[in-house]
This record gives sequence, structure tokens and C-alpha cells, in this order.
Amino acid sequence: MIPIMLKILRTGIVTEPAPPPREEWRTRAAGIQDEVLALLGRALVIREVDAGSCNGCELEIHAVNNPYYNLEGLGIRFAASPRHADMLLVTGPVTRNMEQALRIAYEAMPEPRLVVAVGDCGRDGGIFGEGYATCGGVAKVLPVDVSIPGCPPPPLAILEGILAAVAARGDP
Amino acid sequence: MATPRPSVPKRLAGEVPATLAHVDAAEWTEAARVVHDAGGRLVALWGADRRPQEDAFSIFAAYATAEGLAVVDLAVPAASPAYPDLSGLFAPAGRMQRALRDLLGAEADGAEDARPWLRHGAWDAGEFPLRRDFDPAAPRAGRLEPYPFVRVEGDGVHEIPVGPIHAGIIEPGHFRFSIVGEKVLRLEERLGYTHKGVDRRFGDFTVAEGYRLAGRCSGDSTVAYAWAYAQAAESVLAVVVPPRARWLRALMLEGERIANHLGDLGALGNDAAFALALAQFSRLREDWLRAAGEIFGHRLMMDAVVPGGTACDPGERHVRSMAALADAVEREARELRDIFDEHSGLQDRFIGTGRVRPELARALGLVGLAARASGQALDLRVDFPAEPYGALAVRKCVSGAGDVAARVRVRFEELFESLRLVRAIVDGMPPGEVRVDLPEAAPGAFGVGWVEGWRGEVLVAIEAGEGGRIRRAHAHDPSWQNWPLIEHAIMGNIVPDFPLINKSFNLSYSGADG
Repeated sequence: MIPIMLKILRTGIVTEPAPPPREEWRTRAAGIQDEVLALLGRALVIREVDAGSCNGCELEIHAVNNPYYNLEGLGIRFAASPRHADMLLVTGPVTRNMEQALRIAYEAMPEPRLVVAVGDCGRDGGIFGEGYATCGGVAKVLPVDVSIPGCPPPPLAILEGILAAVAARGDP
Repeated sequence: MATPRPSVPKRLAGEVPATLAHVDAAEWTEAARVVHDAGGRLVALWGADRRPQEDAFSIFAAYATAEGLAVVDLAVPAASPAYPDLSGLFAPAGRMQRALRDLLGAEADGAEDARPWLRHGAWDAGEFPLRRDFDPAAPRAGRLEPYPFVRVEGDGVHEIPVGPIHAGIIEPGHFRFSIVGEKVLRLEERLGYTHKGVDRRFGDFTVAEGYRLAGRCSGDSTVAYAWAYAQAAESVLAVVVPPRARWLRALMLEGERIANHLGDLGALGNDAAFALALAQFSRLREDWLRAAGEIFGHRLMMDAVVPGGTACDPGERHVRSMAALADAVEREARELRDIFDEHSGLQDRFIGTGRVRPELARALGLVGLAARASGQALDLRVDFPAEPYGALAVRKCVSGAGDVAARVRVRFEELFESLRLVRAIVDGMPPGEVRVDLPEAAPGAFGVGWVEGWRGEVLVAIEAGEGGRIRRAHAHDPSWQNWPLIEHAIMGNIVPDFPLINKSFNLSYSGADG
């Protein structure tokens, strides 16, 4: 127990502090909680669906949960069930073999529901394109609020895209 | 036949000690038997449409032998494409043969399991995506078909279907558990959900470009795939890569191994309800990825290995900074290993869980780190070292226990060994160019790449076509060999231990689905 306590104490809190204003992404990251609360009136819950990615996007989505980005500290968390989710975060070019499962997950969500397509594959099929095995992007299957470019997008771009979707839905 | 097809094995150019032989059906079976009896392994099995050059299909098998990689190519008539079954001798052949039937329509004569594997109904049973006459853009209804799982019957037995969408942020696949109470009697996997048509898609690129697609077969192994692709392309083009590029590639491959072990060790702790492990290891992983992003221009090092060398030369200062980071990560990881070792709750979950005994690992042809954790001393970096590995004297990390604890131990040992290698590579890094110009590929030239990624051995094979294009290519993930083992590892364990067992292997869905 003592080594564990020492490790925790020596590590301290590494979550990165509020940003200098010239760094645009940090300003937005710091503002997420207020905007989420103002727009949704509660924390944002996300269901992530891998619709045939190479798993690169999953690695970077995992990273937004690490102590540096500390997504949960901003009031955003991932849920196991789409029935508990406000947002569907989708990766991959949407393989034909995942198309039906993706639709079922979307249909299971309560309204209003946000869809964010992550990465170049989610945006337009990326390097896999549209073919016999791939639909060519999330928008071919579901209404998409925001597409985050990148292969894969780094964690901060993922944070920015999540926020952009929340802000867009709040527009009159 | 348009071209003569000598059956004498021909040595292929390039970094990998590999041969190619064109065989007939009797020689195909004989080769399999000889390799099997000598203790060799089946690395990959795939196929290609040889039309219009010849009215035939090629069925390829790549074997690991004491001398290196032996590739055999069996030509079968396009009108009746059948070949002798290999699954009786090599267990991993079963699913690869099912995939080959779905994609090319070539039947393994005598194979027991005739169910589809990659074809879930997105294309019809009578169409085959790897055939020349298949139109990938044709509209298809794509009705998913039901899959006949094996039913377990008896008092109190019931089924738990899981997936394709799982509870966490993970890749999709379906697991069908047959259980009594909490105890798992049987697990059946159904994969193929992330099939993206990679082998067909390769045909849209030139030999010089295809590395980008190869690097996206399994994102967590992008360096291993890109290096294997580069080896195959360099074998096709008969070019020799400058020494500095080889050392930079090894620096990246070990960096990829370190990043994945850091991530998985944290996740393994977390799956046993030890959240501190996830917080600490994901912090170290982030430090590592940020450094990789700064040095190689991409956090996962995608597109950094290219045919002919590396995409960039990060320069001495950046290269040296990797050694300092390796020191810092090692110091912290050793503290965390002591915490793991002394944590009785964690060890209680790890020890004896998901055991794969060495005999089973050998019989089922396990590869990579999972094989080494079940007593199989296989590592291409030692067995067939490409430069610079020969000069680095890589230590194989092996454990005989085969349980989750053994896989955790091997990951820690490999993490420390890779951190040592990073320092040795930085010290030994030769100066010079990092990239050579590529000639245009000669039509018909064939090459292979074979690299020990963090998960296991990745194989890429390329055949060049006209105008520098890829005529056919295949990428093989080590998860093909290791997925069936999880069905064995879970037997007799309880359902709540499945995530822990699964994570201890951390196999690729995308890589194996292709």
C-alpha cells in the first residue's frame, strides 16, 4: 500500500491546466464543461462505435481519457449502452458488415442525438474509400453533425470535434 | 501456361530469407507434410486470380522453416479452383481457408468447416471479390445472413451473445458463450465485421504507394505493417535501403512495441479493477506518443516507414531525446512492476487465469508474444534478424506458464528489453542517407516482407503489375493464428474473467478481418 500511496503523491495531478488564450484548442477545451451544461443541462454521455476502423482512432479516443486530457473531468464520459448516450462517436469507413449494427445502435439512442464521425475514414471512407466491403463514410448511413479529420485525429482534435457538435446542435 | 513455372524454390531478393516455389497439388501436400514433420509453422495462406495472364488461380502458403520463409504457389484451374486442405496439419489454416473461399471461391478439398467467415451477406455466395470479373462498385442489397453457431446442450446450459458492438471503446466482433452458472463451457468467435477489402484495394495503388494502405491494416501495428510492406516492395524492386534508414525503422518498431505494452499493461490492471495502473500507464504512453509525434511527425508513426527507406530523418538531437525518454519511462515502469508484483488482489486475478499450455500453443500454431508466454521461443528479431537486429543481440522473453500472469510478465520483460534496444539503437545509429529512389517495378516481380511486430509476425506479399501498379498483394496479421486460442483459453474460466483474458492477448480484429 505504501508504494502505491507514494506513487500517487509523487505523480501529483498531471491534468493540464487552463490554457493561455492564444492556444485555441485549449480555450475550447477549458470551455467545454460550461457549454455542455448550458446546452444540455447535464453531463454529456457518449457511446463509441467502431464501424470498421483500423483501431488507430480507438487508440486516440482512449487517449482523451488519460490524465493529461482527463475527459471525465470535463463532465463527459463514455457509456456502454447507446440507450444512455447523447452522442454516437463513430470511427471507420462503415464496413458493410457493421452497417446494420451501427443503425441499430443509433436507433436505440434517445432523442436528441448527436453523431460525430471520427477520422478520415469516418468522414469519407479515407484510404479504404467506398467499395464492396465499405460504405465510404458515416454520412452514407447516419445523419452526421460533425466530421473530425485526421488519420487518426489527435486527442485534442477529438475533443474539439465533440464540442463543435454540442455547439452546433445548440444553434437556433 | 503463359510463363514457365519451375518447381525449384527460387531465392527472393531482399531482407527476408525467403524462397518461392511453384508446385502442383502433390507437391503442395508433400511440402506441407515436410514442413510439419520438421516442426515448421504455417504463417499465412491466401490466393489470387492469375487471369488474364493465365487461366488459373494461385493458392499461396507461406511456411516458417529453420531456413526462413518458404512460399509455395499452387496453380489451380480458374474453372474448378480446388486445392488440398491444410487444416489437418496446421490448425490456423481452417479460418484462412474459409476466408479464401469467401474472397476467391477456391475450395479446400476435405476441410471440415464449410461455413463462411468474412462473407456475412454483404455480397452474394456466388460472387468473389478477388476475381477479375467482380465489380466492386455494383449495387448490392447486402442482407446479413444468420450464422450457424455450434450449440451446446445440456441441463442448465445457456448462451450469452456478445457483440459485434462491445461495451467499451474496442473493435467489433461477436462472441457466443455457452455457460453453466458463471462457468464458460464453450466460446465461439465470429469475426469479419471490420472486413474492408484490403487485398482487393491494394490493386488501386502502385508498389511505391501501397505502404499507406498496409499501414492501416491494424493501426496499433502500423510500423510493423509498413516495414513488412517496404521489405516486400524492396524485394520486388531489388533496391537496398541505406543503413541509417534500417536503424530508424528499428527505433520506430521498438517504439511501437513500447507504446502498446504501456497501453495494455494499464488496461490489464484496470480490467482487474486496479484503476491506478490505467492512470499511470496511460500517462507514460501519452509521454511516449507525444515524443513520437515530435520526432517522426505522427504520434503512431503512420507513414513514417516508406519503400526505399524512411519518410524523414529526425536528426541527431531528436534521436538522442528518445534515449532520455526511455530512461525516464523505465524508471517509472520498474516502480509500477513492483506495485503489480506485490498487489495480491491483482495477482489473484492474473495467476492461473486463461491458461494456454505450451503443448496446446505448439499444436495450434500460436505466434508472437502470446506464444512466448506459453513457452514457444519464437521471435523473428532473433531467429532471422534483419539489420540492425543482428548487431543488437535481442533477448527472447519467454515464460512457460501460459496464463494472464505470464502474458503480463512477458509484456514487462519485453517493455524493458525494447527500452534497452531504443538506447542501443540511438547509440549505434549510423549517419547517412535515409531514402533511395525507387525504379519502376517489373511486371510479375514477387516479393515478401516478414516483421516481428509487438503482437507477432506480420507478413506482406506483393506481385507487381504493369506501369508500376500492384497486381496482387496480401497482408497477414498474427491475430489469425492467435484468435482461436482465446476459445481454448477461456474454457472453464468464469465470464467476468473474459475481458481480462481477451486483453492479455489484445488481438487485432481489423488486421485479421482484412
